[in-house]
Amino acid sequence: MPEIGNTYEVAFERPKSMYAQFDRKEDLQHTTHYCAGCGHGQVHKLLAAAIDELGIQDRTVLTSPVGCSVFAYYYFDVGNVQAAHGRAPAVATAIERSRPGATVISYQGDGDLSAIGSAEILHAANRGENITVIFVNNAIYSMTGGQMAPTTLVGQRSTTSPGGRNPATEGYPLRMSELLATLEAPVYIERVGLGDNRQIAQARRAIKRAVENTTKRLGFSMVEVLAPCPTIWKMSPVEAQRWVKDVMEKSYPLGVMRDRVKDAEPKPEPMVAPGLAEIPGLLGIEAAVPGEASRSGHRRRGKAVHLGVRVAGFGGQGVLLLGEVLAEAGLEAGLEVSWLPSYGPEMRSGTSNCHVRLASEPIDTPLVTMPEILVAMNEPSLRKFDASVKAGGWVIYNGEEFPAELMREDVHVLAREFTREAQALGDPRVANMVMLGALLELAGVVKAEAIHKALTKLVKSPKWVELDERALARGRVMAREEREQVSRGCGVMVG
Amino acid sequence: MHRQLMKGNEAVVRAAILAGCRAFYGYPITPASEITEAAATLMPKVGGVFVQAESEVAAVNMLYGGSSAGVRCMTASSGPGISLMQEGISYLAGAELPCVIADITRGGPGLGNLGSEQSDYHQVVKGGGNGNYKTLVLAPNSVQEMADLTRLAFELADRYRNPVMLLADGFVGQMMEPVEFAGKALEPGTPSWAVTGERETRGNMITSLHMKFDDLERHVRHLEEKYRCAEQLEARVERSFTRDAEIVLVGYGIVGRILKAVVAEARAAGLRVGLLRPITLYPFPTSEFRAIASHARCVVVVEMSTGQLVDDVRLALNGACPVEFYSRVGGNVPGHDEVMALVTRLAREMDLQARLEEMGVAHA
Repeated sequence: MPEIGNTYEVAFERPKSMYAQFDRKEDLQHTTHYCAGCGHGQVHKLLAAAIDELGIQDRTVLTSPVGCSVFAYYYFDVGNVQAAHGRAPAVATAIERSRPGATVISYQGDGDLSAIGSAEILHAANRGENITVIFVNNAIYSMTGGQMAPTTLVGQRSTTSPGGRNPATEGYPLRMSELLATLEAPVYIERVGLGDNRQIAQARRAIKRAVENTTKRLGFSMVEVLAPCPTIWKMSPVEAQRWVKDVMEKSYPLGVMRDRVKDAEPKPEPMVAPGLAEIPGLLGIEAAVPGEASRSGHRRRGKAVHLGVRVAGFGGQGVLLLGEVLAEAGLEAGLEVSWLPSYGPEMRSGTSNCHVRLASEPIDTPLVTMPEILVAMNEPSLRKFDASVKAGGWVIYNGEEFPAELMREDVHVLAREFTREAQALGDPRVANMVMLGALLELAGVVKAEAIHKALTKLVKSPKWVELDERALARGRVMAREEREQVSRGCGVMVG
Repeated sequence: MHRQLMKGNEAVVRAAILAGCRAFYGYPITPASEITEAAATLMPKVGGVFVQAESEVAAVNMLYGGSSAGVRCMTASSGPGISLMQEGISYLAGAELPCVIADITRGGPGLGNLGSEQSDYHQVVKGGGNGNYKTLVLAPNSVQEMADLTRLAFELADRYRNPVMLLADGFVGQMMEPVEFAGKALEPGTPSWAVTGERETRGNMITSLHMKFDDLERHVRHLEEKYRCAEQLEARVERSFTRDAEIVLVGYGIVGRILKAVVAEARAAGLRVGLLRPITLYPFPTSEFRAIASHARCVVVVEMSTGQLVDDVRLALNGACPVEFYSRVGGNVPGHDEVMALVTRLAREMDLQARLEEMGVAHA
């Protein structure tokens, strides 16, 4: 600032939070790009003054919208983020959440906020984001040349409502402040005007109050400013200012729509982030046990394993869990494993199936189109997958009556009322584990210890683990009996 | 670290947090929802941010905000949600904001279905937003790669100051396999360009707006230069038996896994078949394709789309080698046996042609 001399006391000067010269602007770097009499110039100054008075210039982040104030970053000497049309409240949300020390201000026009960005403003307000929204309402799309906005007054002419806004087809002016004041979360919402000096003085107070709320982390604050647009309204600056007061205000009454500032609790301080060393534990990532080899099939010795299993049944029968326990047990046993669900709408009534592979070598495809073992927990599943079973494989079917037309000469069948067996053990829901027990006995790839480990990992309740263990044991016995019968030549296997 | 059984979707979030990601903004959609759910549980535990956005439009703009604030951040969605994010992706690329976006692809167009497809290739690799921009695209084929490539995605995003996309099909997202999280937890510093609400960053500004024609041209040329760099440095593939392959199978994601099984079976039958699996879809591994063209007699592209990757393969080969195409869509998967049948037929035709040539008979 040039020295003015000691004879004058400076009563009013450019706020420090506005640049003295607008270097980001291409030319005319000492004037704004706003038209004579435009409300944005005034609102910019009021906002910058509030930032100065609150002493928060360094910590302020301004998100600018799309519309005439898209270039707010030409003028505000604060951190600046320019957002897509209507999205500033979403952008501001994320900045504030990650930088709770910042004072984040979303500056938006009426097309931006009340039309294309109506969802973003509604939800930012409803979440009670700790941001200030400065909403400049001039009842028109100005930058694009005067099209109708949701805020355009009834009967007001625009390039897209040339006969004047007709409520029958275009609805009524959208009162965003009143709308947002129906929400629980906002702490402060006020509508002010730039219609005369008194109104401007009130606008100044309101803007400062909103920003102050944000610095105190009280939650969502918004100031709607009724602002003149002489150029698009085709008025002189003086006429436009009068129009704000005499006409606009009738559709948009000034006043405080929400004030819960006194009762508002500051947002909790963010937690102290844990140290990096703690992160894996917090994510449930298992650290290697010293001395224990990594659970990898490459280090396993013994016979080669290639087992493909398809498990199918009704949703709720425990189809996916059966597969998961098998895969987890395979991993415990040092095998390579994969588990692939057929996923669908999250409903209980549908059918469900999964593919499981256990192998001593890395698994190429996790899809099991020709299983060595099919576990069919109901008849539709049997009908669907029976033909796909590899010759020499097994079908474990939950039902005593194996449909004759599905009988194949080249596969073994273990058909039992597994649900009834489970019922006898105490709960029909462990039918899946009885069937898994049978599968394990027939496949002979995973030892009981690995199964136990897998079960205790996946099933949290000890009561259920105990029941599941008994179910598995029962299944093993049933399979053993069947196999003995087969070897005696009187089993179902005919081939 | 220990190998543990986990869904691909769950591995993504853990790998992201280990890579220093501390903000997730999501909107639920099958088959990507587990990513959002895991983030909702885990982000608060590590002092990170989780916001369930009101839409994918809001979620991607939250990414814009989080990235502007200098935080490693991500989102995840599927086809229709990714379509909604395209606006934001263009802004992110334009404003040079790093972030990671996972697309766990489902069936389309429109609502399509919940099955797995690879029909988002064009909208992800070519981009669906306005303007001259690219996103780097990584295509995992296993739960392990879901973890490894997520970590890589954050590195690349920061290196190029650009959104990086993880393009996985529903299978890779939903399946469980053992995974090992390699590498320590990272704490990336705040980039110097970020707007953090502190004195040091007060002069910073994030925008994609360049009013002067010359300014925008300079900016777009700068972006172009970055992409040229990435094309030189970042293309990645998996090769399997390509050295002497007469028939080279090409597929990414779950298809790459199926093709691997086909290669094993074909080799066992004495057929010279190999696999070239693009891991980066952009930058496209063009030179790898040129290299196989010198000896391959046929390239077979297999996709769960009506033909999207195959366009890039044809461009890369530029006529140097005939290209066959096989696809299944709607949630169906190209069966290992279906591809094997095609390979056998092609091999027989080639063999026949070779014998005709030996006999001196011109073959049209």
